[in-house]
Amino acid sequence: MKKVWQLTLAMIIALALTACQTTPEVVPEPTPEPAPEPPTEVVTQAAPDPHDYTDSRNLDNPESMLSKRIIYFDFDKSTVLPEFRGIVSAHAAYAASHSSARVTLEGHADERGTREYNLGLGERRGNAVMALMSAQGAMGSQMVVGSYGEERPTCRVSDEYCWSQNRRVEIVYTAQ
Amino acid sequence: MFFSVKSTFILFTTVTDKVKKLFIFLIVLMASEAVHAQLQIEIISGNPSALPIAIVPFQWEDATPPPINSMDEIISGDLYRSGLFDPMDTADMMERPVDEESIRFGTWRLLKVDYLLIGSVRTPADGQGHELIYQLFDVHTRERLLSQITTVGPGDLRYGAHRVADAIYQTLTGVPGAFATRIAYITATGFGADLRYELVVSDADGFGPQSVVGSPEPLLSPAWSPDGKKLAYVSFEKGNSAIYLQDVATGSRELISGGKGINGAPSFSPDGRKMAMTLSRTGNPEIYIREMATGRLTQLTQHWAIDTEPVWAPDGKYIYFTSDRGGKPQIYRVAPTGGKPERVTLEGDYNARASIAPDGRRIAVAHGRGNEYRIAIWDIETERFTILTPGVLDESPSFAPNGSMVLYATREGTRGVLSAVSADGSVRQRLILSEGDVREPAWSLVIR
Repeated sequence: MKKVWQLTLAMIIALALTACQTTPEVVPEPTPEPAPEPPTEVVTQAAPDPHDYTDSRNLDNPESMLSKRIIYFDFDKSTVLPEFRGIVSAHAAYAASHSSARVTLEGHADERGTREYNLGLGERRGNAVMALMSAQGAMGSQMVVGSYGEERPTCRVSDEYCWSQNRRVEIVYTAQ
Repeated sequence: MFFSVKSTFILFTTVTDKVKKLFIFLIVLMASEAVHAQLQIEIISGNPSALPIAIVPFQWEDATPPPINSMDEIISGDLYRSGLFDPMDTADMMERPVDEESIRFGTWRLLKVDYLLIGSVRTPADGQGHELIYQLFDVHTRERLLSQITTVGPGDLRYGAHRVADAIYQTLTGVPGAFATRIAYITATGFGADLRYELVVSDADGFGPQSVVGSPEPLLSPAWSPDGKKLAYVSFEKGNSAIYLQDVATGSRELISGGKGINGAPSFSPDGRKMAMTLSRTGNPEIYIREMATGRLTQLTQHWAIDTEPVWAPDGKYIYFTSDRGGKPQIYRVAPTGGKPERVTLEGDYNARASIAPDGRRIAVAHGRGNEYRIAIWDIETERFTILTPGVLDESPSFAPNGSMVLYATREGTRGVLSAVSADGSVRQRLILSEGDVREPAWSLVIR
């Protein structure tokens, strides 16, 4: 589980860093020849600002938090962990600025424990994400919580890594 | 702290080689047309203090050739699985008497057998089906304890054998047998786009599986009506969970609950007039009771916690359910008329999905500690756990209607299988469908 957080944190930092660069392919090594300026400037103007969460193009922009749709949880817990609050905030900002946007918050659990209890747990996780999004401006009418419990795992091995991947809420846009 | 565990864990390593040799057998079933699967039965462990009994192979007097030639094996297998009997291997029988006159009781005493069953199969006068004629003797007193004829339809010989086992069980223990009953369970086969879920009904020993309903979306939580004619279950076929009630014989079905949020965990009242279920229409899982005749719904619990997996006590006085209102999932109970729920399980980190023994004094639960989930029985009076299974991901316990065994779901590698464990933990038997993932057994209360 810790690994996943660290990885995610590293990815967030990496994204923040690459966002400041002029091209996405910049290698952090000193290059003898300076990169040609004019073409990259054209690209930066065309690309959306990844931090602009009201820009619908960022929903598919891998550099933007808006392109991330999965929130992971600790075992038997439904607290949105600090490292995932940025993703939730981005989607809340998007929903707040697009009144036509609709999302389903699909809650899931790992295989441990009973199936019906895990249905409840998945729903509780979905509710936790919904509450956070509401607090940041998304309307209640824009969000629906669904729970699949442990019935739709993304990973099928009985180990800590797989379990951490399966304890999640997926933010699914039914309208943008 | 209430998390200290004083549980007793029964070890399964005490099986003698003799018991193993006698009872490890594999039966390959002619797969039913509905479920293309083969079923294996394997004895995992044994109970050395069980009643020694000999089931002599039945004499075949029927007009047609025998469709199965293992009546005695079916009966022995049933009795063995209960943990209370130690049936003799037919290979060790020195003689095979067919009537009372030909029994030499001294020989059977030397073979250390306490009880002896002899029988035959013949065609009834009307030519339909089979008549099973059998007698049970006490080897020491030479007393005839049972003399009975059971008539079954054509193709029902396995069922007939289960009826004979039930008669023996009742005669020698005073408790009705539960071998001629049915179980329901869920299977998941295939991967990706071919993933398919089925609700299956079979004999209590896993034979004769028949698919009741199939779906590409998850099915879960099968629950029998008390008359054994209908099954309630949860289906995701409409995207969200919904409770359906289906007639097993006709296949007709009705939607019981399909509103917003969770619609789950159906459980019938003992009289069949009400159904308890979990609904999260308020945004949080609560227990509700539905009047089946009118559809009227009453909310039973009201708490921010997850309240789910309701199940009725056999006398109908309580509804047991799982709740994490104390911080972690535990079993609570409340009167079906309402009131303040009281906590039932007092030990352990995770106790969920209760199945209540017919005597109402014991409950089987999925008992979790760390990453290990086992089936355990909580004795309500002595407030003690007995752990029945070795884990590590055991769940969905379901008591036999006579309380002698508990059926449950366990894992072998990445595959789910069903096992039966005797209520004293001494005998475990695995029922495997060779295809797919098998889970969530539910034992019907009625003799088929």
